[in-house]
Amino acid sequence: METRFAPPPKKERAMAASGATLESPKPVDPAAPNAPAAVGKLRRGQQDPTWVRTTLILLAVAFMGILVVLPVVNVFVQAFANGPEAYWRYLTQDPETRHAVMLTLFIAPAAVAMNTVFGVAAAWAIARFEFRGRTLLITLIDLPFSVSPVVAGLAFVLWFGMQGFLGPQLREWDIKILFSWPAILLATSFVTFPFVARELIPLLEEIGPDEELAAVTLGAKPWQIFWYVTLPNIKWGLLYGIILCNARAMGEFGAVYVVSGRIAGQTDTMPLRIDKLFQEYNSPASFAVASVLTLLALVTLAVKTYLERKVIESAETKKEAV
Amino acid sequence: MKARWFQTAMLGVLTVAVAGCPNGNKTGDSKSVELLNVSYDPTRELWRDLNKAFVADYRKKAGIAVAIKQSHGGSGSQARAVIDGLDADVVTLALFSDTDALRDKGLLPVKWDERLPNRSLPYLSTIVFVVRKGNPKKIGDWSDLVKDGVDVISPNPKTSGNGKLSFLAAWGSVRKAGGSDAEAEEFVRKLYGHVKVLDTGARGSTVTFAQRQIGDVHLTWENEAFLEIEESKGTLEIVYPKSSILAEPHVAVVDGNVDRKKTREAAEAYLNFLYTDEGQEIIAKHYYRPSKTEIEKKHRDKFQPIDLFPITTVGGGWAESQKRFFAEGGVFDRIYSKKQ
Repeated sequence: METRFAPPPKKERAMAASGATLESPKPVDPAAPNAPAAVGKLRRGQQDPTWVRTTLILLAVAFMGILVVLPVVNVFVQAFANGPEAYWRYLTQDPETRHAVMLTLFIAPAAVAMNTVFGVAAAWAIARFEFRGRTLLITLIDLPFSVSPVVAGLAFVLWFGMQGFLGPQLREWDIKILFSWPAILLATSFVTFPFVARELIPLLEEIGPDEELAAVTLGAKPWQIFWYVTLPNIKWGLLYGIILCNARAMGEFGAVYVVSGRIAGQTDTMPLRIDKLFQEYNSPASFAVASVLTLLALVTLAVKTYLERKVIESAETKKEAV
Repeated sequence: MKARWFQTAMLGVLTVAVAGCPNGNKTGDSKSVELLNVSYDPTRELWRDLNKAFVADYRKKAGIAVAIKQSHGGSGSQARAVIDGLDADVVTLALFSDTDALRDKGLLPVKWDERLPNRSLPYLSTIVFVVRKGNPKKIGDWSDLVKDGVDVISPNPKTSGNGKLSFLAAWGSVRKAGGSDAEAEEFVRKLYGHVKVLDTGARGSTVTFAQRQIGDVHLTWENEAFLEIEESKGTLEIVYPKSSILAEPHVAVVDGNVDRKKTREAAEAYLNFLYTDEGQEIIAKHYYRPSKTEIEKKHRDKFQPIDLFPITTVGGGWAESQKRFFAEGGVFDRIYSKKQ
């Protein structure tokens, strides 16, 4: 089973290459008449006894089943416990649930859009230029990965809250950030910030500045270089980053919980709504909303797998072209 | 150019994101008003019914359409959110000290609790025990909680009103029986040695005990206990200790917010509605003890008589107890850090 988790294409190919040397049957020509026997012997020599293999495989399958497959299936089973009609009613009839779905459908794309703009800009700066503070910038981009979302949320509360630095001034101007959608958007963007930039930095570094330099010599303006040279080169990697970013943005709980004020029908996003429904003893409705989120995650996974292939392909055609 | 579609898509996403920004200020007609009620955890069902009744009542009497939004969570963290700027028109928190924290920050005047009938208490409640069916660990009173092999579930006294009240009730049970403060502390220390999970709010504890099936006894609000037992379909039962604490969940209009939002009139009508017969009946229906004597008498059969001691039995008032037991470095910190 291959478990790739977003390695940059360079490593990907290195892995594939080392894989080829480990897998001995490859060099043997399968068309040769003696090959199968030889391959079989070689294989047996390299492998553990059957019972060891079977036990390990069964263990792995059981582990995956209990920890991943069953809980996910259970979400759907619970959601449909009262039939598909009730399922539909849970999702559409409750105004607070409806609002939560709409809020998430607004917050996630908005956060993704912000992070796409900032992420591309940051990755471009880091991959193309040497400047003072470059390492610091890379570290800062990674910060949201290491900071607990709850802490991130509290940081926003301390900054925008009435006891905080900006709160009193904002209130005077009648601008609402904390306990309102702007804070949810900010918190979500903060937590998902690294995805796009992290994906693009190694990609841009690998592609190198040659094509862009060529465009400059041909008299292209900066925006033309970006739209016609850089962007087409990084499009698959960028989409991949966007998809991951979106998945995380839709599911964010901790940071949003802290900054939202938990107002039903106003600042509850889908994950918060799921938690609330569950605590109100309304498990079927809770699982119904959870199933939608799970479904979105599964779609994301499928798109991600497709894009992963595209990223590698485009990188390889690039290489061949050179 | 092959990438043209991609660029168009990117621009599309940006446009949608910018255009989709929900416009924050709702300037509806003057005949409609929106209130935010910031409350503690187990009151969701109560407020859902009360809100429905009040909205109908207010439309009839004042001709104003009012919409009420709810926010629920651990009482302490809810108070904190209001202090940090959550726009609550009214707070209906579990503990006097949580509401009083708003006074500290200038959101409420001094003596805010004297503005509504019965010291701003539309209902009372207490802490009782919930045990598994048949009471297999034979739990009857506070002293049984520290027997060997008894696992106790109660939320964190730092963040939850339920948690604080459980702590104070345990302490008071010793003092009421004539024990000293030192004996009370020893008992409470032992008790928290038996607590398996410290959730942040009352509802979290209920989920831990009733749905995740952890623990032998759950110390919880009387109303939450009834709801929990109804939900359990016969697998849980309620146990009344001989004595418990008189919980006083005060309600208050948040002056600092209603004056700015110009919602004072509706907010005051909202809280006054709780004292009407209709409001009190709804309160009783949800297993809170109504503060109006006639209604309380009507529902006597529902609420088992139990010796409810006031906070003064524990020592001092609510504010004093908060400082002594739950403040940074207070008794709870001492007990709980020693446990680990």
